[in-house]
Amino acid sequence: MLVMASDRIDIRHVARLARLALSDAEIATFAPQLANLLSFVDELTELDTANVAATAQVVPSRNVERADALRPETLLSHDAALANAPQTQGGYFRVPRILAEDI
Amino acid sequence: MDPLHDSAVAIATAVNRGEMSAADVAETVIPHVARIDAQVDAYLQLTPELMRAQARRVDARIAAGERLPLAGVPVAIKDNMCLDGTRTTAGSKILGNFVAPYTATAVQRLLDAGALPIGKTNLDEFAMGSSGENSAFKKTRNPYDLERVPGGSSAGSAASVGAFAATLSLGSDTGGSIREPAAFCNVVGFKPTYGRVSRYGLIAFASSLDQIGPFARSVEDAALAYDAIAGKDPLDATSIDRAAEPTAANLPRDLRGVRVGIVKEFDTAGLGTSIDTCYRNAYDELAALGAELVEVSLPTAKYGLATYYLIAPAECSSNLARFDGVRYGLRVDGADVGEMYERTRAAGFGPEVKRRILIGTYALSSGYYDAYYLKAQKARTRIAEDFARAFELCDVIASPAASSPAFGFNAKSDPVAMYLMDYYTIPVSLAGLPSLSVPCGAVVPEDGTRAMPMGLQLASPLFTERALLGYAHAYEQATRHADKLRPVTEGAR
Amino acid sequence: MIDERTGEVSAETRARYEAVIGIECHVELKTVSKMFCGCPNAFGSPPNTNVCPVCLALPGALPVPNAKAIEQIVRAGLAFGSTIPEHAKFDRKNYFYPDMPKNYQISQYDMPLTVGGIVRYWLEDGTRGECRLTRIHLEEDTGKSTHASADGRLAGATSSLVDFNRAGVPLMECVGEPDLRSAEEAVAFLESLARTFRELGVSDVKMEEGSLRCDANVSVRLRGAAEYGTKAEIKNMNSFRSARRAIESEIARQIAVLEGGGRVIQETRGWDEAAGVTHSQRSKEEAHDYRYFPDPDLVPLDSPPAAADAVRATLIETPYERYIRYVDGFGIASKQATQLVDDAALSQWFDRVAAASGQPLAAMHFVLGDLSRLANETGIAISGGKVTPEALAELVELTQNNAINSSAAKKVLEVLWIEGGSAKAIVEREGLAQVSDRAAVAALVAEVLDANPKVVADYRAGKTNVLGFLTGAVMKASRGKANPALTQELLREKLEQK
Ligand SMILES: [Mg+2]
Ligand SMILES: [Zn+2]
Repeated sequence: MLVMASDRIDIRHVARLARLALSDAEIATFAPQLANLLSFVDELTELDTANVAATAQVVPSRNVERADALRPETLLSHDAALANAPQTQGGYFRVPRILAEDI
Repeated sequence: MDPLHDSAVAIATAVNRGEMSAADVAETVIPHVARIDAQVDAYLQLTPELMRAQARRVDARIAAGERLPLAGVPVAIKDNMCLDGTRTTAGSKILGNFVAPYTATAVQRLLDAGALPIGKTNLDEFAMGSSGENSAFKKTRNPYDLERVPGGSSAGSAASVGAFAATLSLGSDTGGSIREPAAFCNVVGFKPTYGRVSRYGLIAFASSLDQIGPFARSVEDAALAYDAIAGKDPLDATSIDRAAEPTAANLPRDLRGVRVGIVKEFDTAGLGTSIDTCYRNAYDELAALGAELVEVSLPTAKYGLATYYLIAPAECSSNLARFDGVRYGLRVDGADVGEMYERTRAAGFGPEVKRRILIGTYALSSGYYDAYYLKAQKARTRIAEDFARAFELCDVIASPAASSPAFGFNAKSDPVAMYLMDYYTIPVSLAGLPSLSVPCGAVVPEDGTRAMPMGLQLASPLFTERALLGYAHAYEQATRHADKLRPVTEGAR
Repeated sequence: MIDERTGEVSAETRARYEAVIGIECHVELKTVSKMFCGCPNAFGSPPNTNVCPVCLALPGALPVPNAKAIEQIVRAGLAFGSTIPEHAKFDRKNYFYPDMPKNYQISQYDMPLTVGGIVRYWLEDGTRGECRLTRIHLEEDTGKSTHASADGRLAGATSSLVDFNRAGVPLMECVGEPDLRSAEEAVAFLESLARTFRELGVSDVKMEEGSLRCDANVSVRLRGAAEYGTKAEIKNMNSFRSARRAIESEIARQIAVLEGGGRVIQETRGWDEAAGVTHSQRSKEEAHDYRYFPDPDLVPLDSPPAAADAVRATLIETPYERYIRYVDGFGIASKQATQLVDDAALSQWFDRVAAASGQPLAAMHFVLGDLSRLANETGIAISGGKVTPEALAELVELTQNNAINSSAAKKVLEVLWIEGGSAKAIVEREGLAQVSDRAAVAALVAEVLDANPKVVADYRAGKTNVLGFLTGAVMKASRGKANPALTQELLREKLEQK
């Protein structure tokens, strides 16, 4: 039986993984809510899943592939590709500088 | 012909026969919808010009001799489905200014079938919610009591049809987001088998669960819409490659010989006397139509919520990673790209979305994957196996569609209390089964005075949509519960 | 010993250490369309023009895998003797980076398309080696970000510009076991991979377009030690040359650290091509929690054994096998064998000459000698020119049977290059047949000796190197047709008669 660690969720660490800046107020609100939810899902520990296969997809499809062919009708024009961009420059999407630790 | 109140079947028949033009339908519907929506707020955006342009195309096709299954039928589209050239927000600030440059397959199929797009409907942000209150933009009201929620997440799609502000609508259902609001708004809401309807162009919440389906005021109309949108799509690898038989024709009138499973573990006594009575009555009505009621057991169904609230957030944490302020949507700048991400996502997502991203990220993270995500996937297997065993004893399972009738705004502040609304729909979603909610009566809520609609959930084995719609049609035609309630909105008949 | 001044270790110290190297490389597959959408897999288009909702990760877009890319991975694996598991799947690798549109990469985690296999390679000097493969899996490429600093580099940039044309291009990731012991072996391993992929047609491996990029895990240990040392991962090497330099520099750095009493830290290090050193790329620890999980937008990939067998049946000789055949079977030197193997079209053409003539060594000399020169001069590939393998085989036979001599052969080849046709016919037409008739050559020899009494005297006085001059004179008298060997034999005979 697996032991679940609902008391050990480090919200700041998880928020950093998810690239979500949380305010102190949000952390104060979310912490008990997430702990509550985790203790709620802890009931799964009592369900026997030994020798049970995991279900990632419920419908038994296999090998759904497409032929290696162009679909020009799905291509976006250059303007359409950039139309929703917050910032562009010279046909590129522009973003603030990338720090080495983002790599 | 009354395009505001008639069925989709009637409208399409009249337009195909030339008794009314699609353009006339559009001109009748456009001002009417605007009036009703001022009270209900089902729509985030009305698209009258698109509707008129589409009506002209439909009329031209009819004039050229074509017959279109949804000719001139006004439809509403949940705003998590892309429609080329329209703002598509998923109810989120992060997509507040996003204009879709392409059209979702299901939406395109509706248009190809001759439907007229009225507009894009409100929803819980990224389809996460059971009341509609998680929209970043507005509160949609329940057309049967404006002080109550319409249900969620397909809030506006259910409310628009319930308020006669759309003949049909498209919703999406991940854990009950079609069936629960359908129950709350006195309409039929149908979630097909996972994979029957392409998800291409549907803004993902939880990919292994999301499924598009129709809302309608009758099962026959729902079947008509389903027939138009179902079928393999080469753009969605999870869409199913098997023939979808037409369902709208020859729907049965009784339930003779049909074994209806009543789930032992879904005892409704705990939901309160009036709700319990409503469902017992519904089961009796099924029996009166010739159905054989059999008790079935779903011993693992009670783990459905826990399983769902690991799998769906895990998938959503990854699906929503693309909202980063780089290519589209909101951007809140920062000194470097990492800061920009964190600020953009902090400002763009609402609290429920953030909670689910956090839980999902945690469930997938190093050291917790096996205990949470993998465990939930295995639980999912057991839940699906339970349904398969139950279907050895019955043809269809009947249960409540939601744990209560529509509740008031701000009634559920605790997330888990809100999640419990979907207790009956979630296990069905985890198993991928086709299911629907059909009106089955009304209950006066403990905190209210007006009778509010109730929904009966029917669920059947994978790919048995035709049979399922048949059972629901027989029940609906015999009971006509929907007709016993009238929306409170102006303009309703 | 470390040189206090330069920080470099002496050759002697260096020799006490052994490097342990494992290579991971990403190779762009040669397909018409991208991995999960119908956009062109093309290089060099204007930025953000080969994009669609899928590869730009617009809301609602979904991936559908490219069947050809999957087949190419299976082919590549089978060429190295990999196992093709019956079940594979796609997973999501979650991390944020601006050139990755979805902020996750569709890759393969615990169920790749191929497992195991061996890459055999050879070094320049002909030494052979092998390196086990862990796996080859399929994934998608990212876009490309350029940094808006004066030199286009990360440091000092205030913003970056992103082009998603490359996002979603199919990549195969080849992961090797740590079986390599030197930078040379690492490069030989990479070359062997590249040759094989080109031969299979699964990739063009165009380095200049960045279609092969490699990372190396490098550690050092004292020779004879059983345990591995602590490894560093070097990233960002995009040519064989930079791989060699980077690995060598990293080996030297680690030895210097250890010799200086320090400890190698497990870390990622970037290769700075200009400075010729690796430098630490410290990343925050959570950056490595990729939260892999099965991609719910895609369904599993099943490969029944029969399917793998069918692909296996289409495989032909690998470049390594061909190299071995040339060296061990034909006796061709390693360098020349490599030259042939590295040009697939040429080596196929050569094989036909070798087979038709039965004289692979002589054929090799023609192919890599005069024929290559003609090809270079005219800019026409040998395999695309007018000389057929059959014509060259004829020419090889003519020279081997002494029917023509080498200068005549050169002439024939030049005519063949321009006109095509049969070597024999040209020999006949041009009257180039070698004169091997003893009496005829003897008459010419006598004529030349009579005309050059002084040279004859010199020879007889011991200056035997004038034989060359006399041979040349006989050849000239024969208009190049005299059999040179016979000429020399007869000259010697006469000169030594007295
Ligand atoms: Mg990789
Ligand atoms: Zn694309």
